Amino acid sequence: MEVIATRPKSLTNVPFTYCPGCLHGVAHRLIAEAMDELDMRNNMMGVAPVGCSVFAYEFFDCDMAEAAHGRAPAVATGMKRARPDMHVFTYQGDGDLAAIGTAEIIHAANRGENISVFFINNAIYGMTGGQMAPTTLPGMKTTTSPYGRDENDIGYPIRMCELIDTLVSPYFIERVSLLSPQDINKAKRAVKKAMQYNKEDRGFTFIEFISTCPTNWGVDPLKARDWAKENMLPFFKVGNFRDKANAGGE
Amino acid sequence: MGEKVLMKGNEAVAEAAIRAGCRLYFAYPITPQSELIEYMAKMMPKVDGTFVQAESELAAINMVYGAAGCGKRVMTSSSSPGISLKQEGISYIAGANLPAVIVNVQRGGPGLGDIQPAQGDYFQATKGGGHGDYRVITLAPSSVQEFADMASLAFDLADKYRNPVYILSDGLLGQMMEPVEFKDAKTEKDFEELDKQHFAWCMHSNQDEPNHHHHEINSLEIDPKVLEKHVEKLGEKYNEIEKNEKRWEEYNINEENQMVCVSFGTASRVVKSAIDTLQEAGISVGLIRPITVWPYPSEAIQKALNDKVKKVMVFELNLGQMVEDVKIAVNGKLPVEFFGKVGGIVFTPEEVQEKIKENL
Ligand SMILES: Cc1ncc(C[n+]2csc(CCOP(=O)(O)OP(=O)(O)O)c2C)c(N)n1
Repeated sequence: MEVIATRPKSLTNVPFTYCPGCLHGVAHRLIAEAMDELDMRNNMMGVAPVGCSVFAYEFFDCDMAEAAHGRAPAVATGMKRARPDMHVFTYQGDGDLAAIGTAEIIHAANRGENISVFFINNAIYGMTGGQMAPTTLPGMKTTTSPYGRDENDIGYPIRMCELIDTLVSPYFIERVSLLSPQDINKAKRAVKKAMQYNKEDRGFTFIEFISTCPTNWGVDPLKARDWAKENMLPFFKVGNFRDKANAGGE
Repeated sequence: MGEKVLMKGNEAVAEAAIRAGCRLYFAYPITPQSELIEYMAKMMPKVDGTFVQAESELAAINMVYGAAGCGKRVMTSSSSPGISLKQEGISYIAGANLPAVIVNVQRGGPGLGDIQPAQGDYFQATKGGGHGDYRVITLAPSSVQEFADMASLAFDLADKYRNPVYILSDGLLGQMMEPVEFKDAKTEKDFEELDKQHFAWCMHSNQDEPNHHHHEINSLEIDPKVLEKHVEKLGEKYNEIEKNEKRWEEYNINEENQMVCVSFGTASRVVKSAIDTLQEAGISVGLIRPITVWPYPSEAIQKALNDKVKKVMVFELNLGQMVEDVKIAVNGKLPVEFFGKVGGIVFTPEEVQEKIKENL
């Protein structure tokens, strides 16, 4: 028998801690596959965030640091500056990156740190039980926006790709979706590109994954995907924002 | 050893840190420590080192965490309000058993306070500061020379115990110029040796090499039984530090002392000069100057309490934060009095003499 699908070498055999239908695992896999294919595992170091993916340091088979909530880009800066010969990535949720860690992500991007940032936008705080995130959509109910997010009171969701795209330094910025197999294939290509650029130390690379949180949204995984397609994709438009390798993007 | 040069404390400690092998420095500007960050900005590129002006002290200390996790000698510095922002990161550094050096050039507080010398961060440095059960080794210099010498001591202690170390100075020591002599700079061989020592625990990947362990820089232990063991191990380390690393200076301590003073840092300089004047007038007063304020040299104070000593007096540039530690050391045997100045004001030798005489 021929093995045609197997666990990427860049993932350990520690079982994921994610809920059924959660897409963190898919995003992990894409990153790990890219690490394998680009042969980067032996000189890769990663930073895990605070959020549902807090145990990412046990899942990726490279040396990892666990950062304080939101500080992963600063920690990664310290790591990459200490070991310029190594490659560094962070993996962060939307509370981590777009709320408490806003300063750290903007300034790491602005310095053009030679790191890859993988940003999981599931429009909610998963780990703490479904509170409102900076990416929660207008009208969306969460445990801390029980009447629906009131954009006149608390503002609109933050579009991080667009925000980072205002900066001059970043090298590669793309928003991808994990909502269908075709989307996942596209996402894989973007992840691999970011990792390739990372390997070549070309600059700051940023990927935002549009994801779901069936548990805290209170729907089954398929409904969650449909909901995200209908509600998230119109607000968070997928596509490449910046690719300095072919200036101007796709 | 080279010849003596006249330098500000802020610059001297920066130069000494570079000589001690610090090649990574992350910080945010604040008075009265700005000469330190400026010196690093100027000198780090010349030694192939890294200087990053971070977006905040919070970011700077987290950069320190990342670099320390890679096993490199790394430092940050700030003054009081900025040190408050670093507390989150210091707790994570302590929790993850990482070596790092943090210089605090203290100024008046609380809040924005002022930019004059003060010692109001004593509690923050010696009693925690951030969340959780942890300790930071805290060195308190009292001259520019000692400030500089403490850079290499701080890195050595940080490496030895894999623990954060503060150098707790103040605006006076940072801004003042004094002659200073530097130790020889670390060589390539020293750097290789340091890298070798850190290899067993730091992040370096190379997963395919034989016997590679997946290295995690981490303070999260979600299982209480595991966290219990982890924190107990930290506790054992702190006990070890208390056993080995207490440092102090004895000044005019002798059988004739009628009073023992306790004072650290800038404040202790003024106390020394008061003691000299009193001695000329035939009044014998001794001084214990803690050099480590954590671990605290309690035994030195106890040993100094000769039969003739009637009182212990504490002199600080705060509201009396160290008094608690002195009282623990004295353990009710003698009265403990306090005199201090706040707001960035430094007492004069005359004021100190007066207070001592009043209390004899
Ligand atoms: C300083 C600090 N504040 C708050 C928390 C609590 N906390 C843990 S995870 C989290 C939100 C994480 O949400 P997100 O980044 O969206 O990731 P997800 O769990 O959805 O993957 C919060 C608020 C913390 N650990 N530290």
